[in-house]
Amino acid sequence: MITGRRRTALNVLGVLVVLVALWEGYRAAALALGNTWPGSQLGLPIVVRGSGNADQFPHLWDIVAAFGRPYRGGGELLGTFLLSELAYTMREVAVGFVLGVLLGFLLGVLFRHSPLAEKGLMPYVIASQTVPFIAFAPILVVSVNQVDFLPVWMGVAVLSMYLVFFPMTINTLRGLRAAPATAEELMRSYAVSWWTRLWKLRVPAAVPFLFVGMKIGATAAVVGAIVGEISAPSSAGIGGAIFAFGRVSNNALQLFATTVVAGLLGVVTYLVVVLLERSVLRVYEGSGS
Amino acid sequence: MTTSEGSATSTTPDRAAGEPSTPDADRALVSVREVTKRFGDGSDAVTALRDVSIDVPSRSFWSLIGPSGCGKSTLLRVMGDLIEPTAGAVTVGGKTAAEARRSRDYGMVFQKPTLFNWRTVRRNVELPLEILGMNRDERRRRADEMLQLVELGEFATKRPGQLSGGMQQRVAIARALSFEPSLLLMDEPFGALDEITRERMNDELLRIWQRLQTTVVFVTHSIPEAVFLSSHIVVMSPRPGRVLAEIDVDLPYPRDEETRESPRYFELVTEVRETLRQAQQG
Repeated sequence: MITGRRRTALNVLGVLVVLVALWEGYRAAALALGNTWPGSQLGLPIVVRGSGNADQFPHLWDIVAAFGRPYRGGGELLGTFLLSELAYTMREVAVGFVLGVLLGFLLGVLFRHSPLAEKGLMPYVIASQTVPFIAFAPILVVSVNQVDFLPVWMGVAVLSMYLVFFPMTINTLRGLRAAPATAEELMRSYAVSWWTRLWKLRVPAAVPFLFVGMKIGATAAVVGAIVGEISAPSSAGIGGAIFAFGRVSNNALQLFATTVVAGLLGVVTYLVVVLLERSVLRVYEGSGS
Repeated sequence: MTTSEGSATSTTPDRAAGEPSTPDADRALVSVREVTKRFGDGSDAVTALRDVSIDVPSRSFWSLIGPSGCGKSTLLRVMGDLIEPTAGAVTVGGKTAAEARRSRDYGMVFQKPTLFNWRTVRRNVELPLEILGMNRDERRRRADEMLQLVELGEFATKRPGQLSGGMQQRVAIARALSFEPSLLLMDEPFGALDEITRERMNDELLRIWQRLQTTVVFVTHSIPEAVFLSSHIVVMSPRPGRVLAEIDVDLPYPRDEETRESPRYFELVTEVRETLRQAQQG
């Protein structure tokens, strides 16, 4: 167990070293070559300019160091600022994730129970995901914000939910169909109601699939929240910071630092679901006994 | 384990071998009347059963035997109201099959144990009792009793996945019997087990059957198994599935190793085998 974990840690570290080497290697090469392919006027894919704050392709250590510097002409440090924005985003992610999981689960149950509902509604569920959500993210966020009794961040949470419910619906439906035919026959021989069949057979049999849906949903929730924040007029949260540093002040160093935080948020959200899965499966599979 | 000697010997009606069963409303628990089952329609339709009529007396042990495709599992499922016949009817103790199912008259055992690995062995046996709304202490007591009966008392808190295939099937039998159904329907329950385990399970099943005095309909494609277990064998033939012959097994209960070595046992095995061979040719 310990050796397994140590190996995982070493693997993660090894990949990190390779990524750092690629980043810094490209940066050094591009500077040495003057941003063109050797012996030609063809430009390299990413332009690397000089050094300092205007750097489009900064040293990794400069990005790390940026967290400890004031982000706006003195005063609050970038790290402190991003932490408070992170808390704001995490609330949207959490609420959007929970709502999406519930909606997806309920739709899955509905579709399993009623083939008519599945035939009638499933095309719309699929269509909802094929429409590029970036296109209507602003409309959705703004219209939810116009509902008086909802908090401002709710619009973004709804967008997050929108991305979460789809993988949850598909995986719930698949899981609810996972019970073997004889198990369904056994329940029929007991003449149970659909409700009893759902809770005594289909939902327990679906548990591993529910977690697949939740794991995909966890990363989708973060994407939804950040895109929602970029589209929201309030410009709060990590997405708001990305908008501010990317479009308003055009500060590459701070933009990269914020992107790192966004990436970490995705990883952490995913890991929370994995931990939940582990503790639930421990009871489910009875490895304790 | 001792069994009550000879308690079930006289429960089967004396009928000449091969003679079809006659409708006997008083003694028949299960009555299958001219059941036909077709799957699909049009030119793709497959007739799984055609005009099948049998009468299973109360407390008897009947086997349905035949080559694959003869509809024996289909017949069992029609009897248990898991599928509906295209024509004909099934009654169980005077009720329709659907009524019998709704009043939980059927205990089912499939080829796969079909245990829920998210439940302990005990909670698997408790499942039908839970559905019947029995209180916790009572169903726990009953489940433990049933696990004692199949000699798995000490495995109550294990998960099914931790048990061997034969043990899992014993748990499935305990679950099927826990709520005292009037009819036990078994669909090749030992088909996936090796020969030695299968024989042990056969001994075990007969012991339980004699203890509980229940009615069993047992689907198998093993001739020795059918002869050893049954009081009566229904031989079926395929395309379309129909009853080819019925053979009374006049070996006395309780049966044991000696039964398996008796001349009469071999005679009966031969008789079933020859009937089945006709089924293949016909």
